[in-house]
Amino acid sequence: MSFTHDIKSNRLLDVEISDNFSDIAPPLSDKQVLVASERCLFCYDAPCITACPTGIDIPLFIRKINTGNNHGAAKEILSANILGGSCARVCPTETLCEQVCVRNKHEESPVEIGRLQRYAVDHLDTTQPYPFTRAESTGKHIAIVGAGPAGLSCAHQLAREGHQVTIFEAAPKSGGLNEYGIALYKLVDDYTQKEIEFVLKIGGIDIQYEKALGRDVSLAQLREKHDAVFLGIGMGDVNALNIPGEHYPGVEDAVAYIKELRQKSELSNLPVGRRVVVIGAGMTAIDIAVQSKKLGAEDVTIVYRRDKSAMGASQHEQDLAQTNGATFICNAQPKEIIGSDTGITEMTFNKTMLDDNGKLVVTDDIISIPCDVVFKAIGQKFESSPLGNDSESKPALDQRGRIAVNDNFQTSLNDVYAGGDCINGKDLVVEAVDHGNKAALAIHQQLKKQINQGE
Amino acid sequence: MANLACEFIGIKSINPFWLASAPPTDKAYNVVRAFEAGWGGVVWKTLGEDPAPINVSSRYGAHYGQNRQVLGFNNIELITDRPLQVNLDEITQVKKDWPDRVIIVSLMVPCEEESWKNILPKVEATGADGIELNFGCPHGMPERGMGAAVGQVPEYIEMVTRWCKQYCSLPVIVKLTPNITDVRLPAAAAMRGGADAVSLINTINSITSVNLDTMSPEPSVDGKGTHGGYCGSAVKPIALSMVSEIARDPETANMPISGIGGISNWRDAAEFITLGATNVQVCTAAMLYGFKIIDDLCDGLSDWMDTKGYKNINDFSRKAIPNTTDWKHLNMNYKRIAHIDQDICIGCGRCFAACEDTSHQSILQTGDLGKRKYTIIDEECVGCNLCEITCPEPNAIKMVDIDTGKPHLSWLHHPENPYREEK
Ligand SMILES: Cc1cc2nc3c(=O)[nH]c(=O)nc-3n(C[C@H](O)[C@H](O)[C@H](O)COP(=O)(O)OP(=O)(O)OC[C@H]3O[C@@H](n4cnc5c(N)ncnc54)[C@H](O)[C@@H]3O)c2cc1C
Ligand SMILES: Cc1cc2nc3c(=O)[nH]c(=O)nc-3n(C[C@H](O)[C@H](O)[C@H](O)COP(=O)(O)O)c2cc1C
Ligand code: SF4
Ligand code: SF4
Ligand code: SF4
Repeated sequence: MSFTHDIKSNRLLDVEISDNFSDIAPPLSDKQVLVASERCLFCYDAPCITACPTGIDIPLFIRKINTGNNHGAAKEILSANILGGSCARVCPTETLCEQVCVRNKHEESPVEIGRLQRYAVDHLDTTQPYPFTRAESTGKHIAIVGAGPAGLSCAHQLAREGHQVTIFEAAPKSGGLNEYGIALYKLVDDYTQKEIEFVLKIGGIDIQYEKALGRDVSLAQLREKHDAVFLGIGMGDVNALNIPGEHYPGVEDAVAYIKELRQKSELSNLPVGRRVVVIGAGMTAIDIAVQSKKLGAEDVTIVYRRDKSAMGASQHEQDLAQTNGATFICNAQPKEIIGSDTGITEMTFNKTMLDDNGKLVVTDDIISIPCDVVFKAIGQKFESSPLGNDSESKPALDQRGRIAVNDNFQTSLNDVYAGGDCINGKDLVVEAVDHGNKAALAIHQQLKKQINQGE
Repeated sequence: MANLACEFIGIKSINPFWLASAPPTDKAYNVVRAFEAGWGGVVWKTLGEDPAPINVSSRYGAHYGQNRQVLGFNNIELITDRPLQVNLDEITQVKKDWPDRVIIVSLMVPCEEESWKNILPKVEATGADGIELNFGCPHGMPERGMGAAVGQVPEYIEMVTRWCKQYCSLPVIVKLTPNITDVRLPAAAAMRGGADAVSLINTINSITSVNLDTMSPEPSVDGKGTHGGYCGSAVKPIALSMVSEIARDPETANMPISGIGGISNWRDAAEFITLGATNVQVCTAAMLYGFKIIDDLCDGLSDWMDTKGYKNINDFSRKAIPNTTDWKHLNMNYKRIAHIDQDICIGCGRCFAACEDTSHQSILQTGDLGKRKYTIIDEECVGCNLCEITCPEPNAIKMVDIDTGKPHLSWLHHPENPYREEK
């Protein structure tokens, strides 16, 4: 018996693909903004502000939009979150600011904070002077590793305080997962690079591309040559399924595939399976499922070992997957991937259930799903090797194996700070920005003390 | 960056935004919160002689728009209901703690020289920057011969102002009531009395609504209501006009003005300044949204000034005055007509109903139900703006200038004017 492993490119026409990957939440029109901004009540001690990891003053920026001061609204946002433009597009607002908006209570529909935020940032008046200035030079020089959201926000904040910053970035482009990971339809038109251009306009930030920590430079070297170091290196590795068949061609890491997709100039050239199985339940699982569909996969099934309510992906994201034609199978634990060195044909699962104590147990009930491609999206893992092997000169890790930090985002090494996905947290862009901001302020405090003590 | 710092009758303020004399400035607690939020100054809630008046319960009413938006607001409160000395002590302390912020003390005492002579030195001793004479309160106080009762009689205004200039050295601002036919008369009286400035408007006589079950006007006090002072967004047009009247009249044109009435955002403030105000005062907007709105007031005004290249408030103050004129000077040969942008129009037909039923039958309705199309009949349109105003879609209807090729011709010189003047 011979099998066809149906993986090929050009499943859809170029025009269909470019349509599929267009902006998922297009900008609000002026009229929509009028209506949406009017709904904001200018709450006192507004819950939405507290729910935003970067604490953007939401009522204030919405009021500014409403009074016709879009430029002021944009400044309000960017002063709290320099990546406010990409956050407006990628934040799962339904689990952050919009979840707690008081308008949910009787109207079941929050103020559209994310989309208003996008409108405001898009309307920053670029004929006006750059909205941020640098304090007088402090003569201090900070090394940042990783030009992702955490590194960039940290760099901007430090530059504002008058410090000099050099970013060491392993990739040929900056942006981190904003450039290489986030679903394409959330950040269209090369938004990430445009945004970074804006971030760097502050001055005093130099990015050294294709300079990897652990490969081209060591932490010890960075510490020696700089007054402080900030690590914003993301996670770097993914979890494995650890089941038979995982090594066959056709079994792919979702993050790596998305990275390829994000950099592809002709999306139709990307090989896509006809029948796709996605293992996982978070944002990455949803993204790979939706993007596979948009590339022309016929059947896309997201399989999760627990029930739907336990999924990491929000209801909004689950709905997105469903609207795009992906189906969910819950309570099914990966058992085996059937295939050969030429490809795969099916994947089997043990059905699971909760026992009386609420513990997940595996049953003998086995299901099988025919497939050409399996995407693993069961979470990323921090890769600590770039930090070096010498436990003396390497920052301590926490129980989950990520870099351990205190409340000031300071690691076990006095002059080394860390934030974003490489430390424990929610693994969201907006949180990485918040870590970067706060770490920068802590670094600034530490260096200011040194300056005052004449060091 | 535009500079918002400004000077009003010799009083320096970090920005042109003061809180008007009212509950937001009732006591030290509120005023300190306002200063912390960034307000440039306050006019302290009106002080009077002891014993302080007593307020009733249920005090405010509202005129709502759709969706509970407060368009207009009214109140039946009196002047401060706290003892004079308590207020004076607090004013002294707050001024000491906030030297860069302005405190003006609002006053209302009986129309007798002794009363003024008595209170003025006490106010001056607080270190306040100036006084404002409340000749405007339309309820309760007039019944006691104060407030609007004085403000409606120019001779009294002149007399009391003169006493104030005589018995104290602080700058004197006379706050005018709008409950009068021609606001220029009290303004001129204030000037004759030696006032340094006028501020306007105080609140307007009003009944916001009637409860149709209990048959009581709102706000209702034990089943009965009374007329109260109207303010908030809805009074802005009235206040703007009154401010401009004083600024345009040759007799009062040089009188500094503190603009008050319905100012809710930076745009309103800018408009008052272009029509003659040097600074502005805000009450209702703060009462509805809290002191934090100062952030938008300052930031919005300064950003707008930046885009226009205005470096400070003086650069645009009174800029709209030369363009504010009498009807008789308007150009009768100027023509504008409406134009409907079909891409933006949603086909609701509101413009048609308005023009067909109540204006000039200048809109053509074509197409079947569901595919209705509305177009302007250019020759019929008189350019009244009604359709543009009723249209729910911003920018669907634009008023466009038509070049008539005719020279400027005002009614003053119009051939059909039997009383025309020759040029
Ligand atoms: C598929 C996917 C979809 C996602 N979708 C969303 C979403 O919709 N919304 C959302 O809020 N979040 C989303 N996230 C999460 C979000 O992308 C991350 O939380 C965020 O990017 C973390 O920022 P960071 O700066 O910590 O790390 P990263 O964005 O990972 O950036 C790390 C940077 O460090 C560089 N680097 C790594 N190692 C080294 C080294 N040794 N030397 C030098 N440089 C190095 C990397 O090249 C990279 O530029 C998604 C994540 C994934 C994987
Ligand atoms: C509740 C309330 C109390 C007021 N009390 C006073 C007062 O004591 N003295 C005074 O001069 N004006 C008083 N005013 C009038 C305001 O100072 C102001 O002139 C008026 O409200 C118009 O401004 P606004 O539209 O910004 O509210 C009061 C207004 C309100 C709403
Ligand atoms: S909770 Fe909602 S209504 Fe309240 S300030 Fe925030 S966005 Fe506006
Ligand atoms: S605002 Fe409401 S709670 Fe506060 S005093 Fe007035 S009626 Fe009472
Ligand atoms: S009122 Fe405006 S939207 Fe409605 S039909 Fe007329 S032009 Fe169109």
